[in-house]
Amino acid sequence: MTPLDPAAGHLLRDLAPQVLGAVIRRYRDFSAAEDAVQEALFAAALQWPQQGIPENPRAWLIQVASRRMTDHIRAESARRRRETEVALDAAAQLAPPPDAAADPAEDDTLVLLFMCCHPALTPASAIALTLRAVGGLTTAEIARAFLVPEATMAQRISRAKAAIKSSGVPFSLPAAGERAQRLAAVLHVLYLVFNEGYVATAGTQVLRPDLSTEAIRLARALHRLLPQDAEVAGLLTLLLLTDSRRAARTGPGEELIPLDRQDRALWDRAAISEGIALLTAALSRGAAGPYQIQAAIAAVHAEAARAEETDWPQILALYELLLRMSDNPMVALNRAIAAAMVHGPAAGLALLDALDRDPRLAGHHRLPAVRAHLLEMLGDRVAAIRHYESAADLTLSLPERNYLITRAARLRSPTPNP
Amino acid sequence: MRYMLLMTGTCAGVDHYRAWSEKDIQAHFAYLQKLNRELTGSGEFVATAPLAPPQQALTVRAGKDGAPVTDGVFPESKEFLLGYWIVDVDCPERACAIAARLSAGPGPGGVPTNMPIEVRQVMTARTADLT
Repeated sequence: MTPLDPAAGHLLRDLAPQVLGAVIRRYRDFSAAEDAVQEALFAAALQWPQQGIPENPRAWLIQVASRRMTDHIRAESARRRRETEVALDAAAQLAPPPDAAADPAEDDTLVLLFMCCHPALTPASAIALTLRAVGGLTTAEIARAFLVPEATMAQRISRAKAAIKSSGVPFSLPAAGERAQRLAAVLHVLYLVFNEGYVATAGTQVLRPDLSTEAIRLARALHRLLPQDAEVAGLLTLLLLTDSRRAARTGPGEELIPLDRQDRALWDRAAISEGIALLTAALSRGAAGPYQIQAAIAAVHAEAARAEETDWPQILALYELLLRMSDNPMVALNRAIAAAMVHGPAAGLALLDALDRDPRLAGHHRLPAVRAHLLEMLGDRVAAIRHYESAADLTLSLPERNYLITRAARLRSPTPNP
Repeated sequence: MRYMLLMTGTCAGVDHYRAWSEKDIQAHFAYLQKLNRELTGSGEFVATAPLAPPQQALTVRAGKDGAPVTDGVFPESKEFLLGYWIVDVDCPERACAIAARLSAGPGPGGVPTNMPIEVRQVMTARTADLT
């Protein structure tokens, strides 16, 4: 089989949600339509390299998927004979002849995103279904991305579809009253997809689809559909700016390199310029939301040519703004770091003392890790070592654990820091 | 979150298990197969591996020039890993519930073996949150 060239592959995956939307509108069965579109995408991946990309690729895919739907309805009819005539009739009435291909060019990507990221689904289900139905990835690809067997991922996807069916979510945009909340759920799922791919491996897993890149692609599509939404732009910026540091954040042995020690020449300038331009436009539209503020913090880092030139008072002000919006202990931890950079480590440590009583941070490695950093800044080596080690015992991230034990070992060694 | 559920036992324990009746052994295997299917169905199954019996176990150390030096004589009381499951679950409680199901596998006469299952979280390659 000749593989599709990358441009055709992108085209196919960009068309996937539009095709799915068209098929759902005709046949009203999300679950079966989603399977049919996957089969059409597979057929395209097989046939297009040989026969060339059809003149109207979208209509081609809709036609193939519709044929699969008709086959599906016929197959179902073998089991449910009584219902078959009704279903075929309805399908025939709803569907214009496939060769007419006179589908409106409306884009159902947004409707699908709202559906797949519905709060009735668990985050794991929403992520899997979004990647398949909107991202156009196959079950096998998603399974590889999550390092689980294909059968397990197939079950997650079919359970997600069943949850959508039983919750009765209609195939339409959410009502005005719940729109903001539902959009927040969509943004959160894209953020989780990015995080899932945010691993400290230097491209050793070529077969594993890159979820961070996929999250950026989906966030771009969402931004194209909702160009006026400042939080969508904020999320896209946050992902672009975070991803821009990818080449600099790990060393040759895949060890983590903290922001202040990264080689900033390795940062992706094109992604940074794009992100900053997006953010500037978004911030001009009025009150900023949490993704824009996090993006603004990433932008302050991106704009510093050297770590020592970082505008920490600006970052501190942004964390304080973020903390007023949501009482998030992780934000409070980051604020303590910023306060230490502006007012000295004692000020940061004083803020941490207040967080010791927060049950949401109990047993979380970030609290001792931040405390260790600030104690190191203060020059209290013995206490810093102790907190680095307790953080190393608590983290579940292997690269982070290695980083923390290395940091503690460096402080224990009699030779001064290079 | 991923957990590895480890089933451990001694050589004596494995000998004991070999003395079960055919029916009891079959019931035990059927129980585990059903559980594996259930875990796939719930989207939680990642991997499992039964290990060859501990009587075949060897420990290896590097000798001179890194050549392997093997040792295969162990005290009767030594605990061996017999097999493991890796599951991808939403919460630690669910990992414990699956471990309890493994421990409840039927022994002779259908009485649960009540084997101890060690529950260990698997580390990830993911790193800190975005900002």
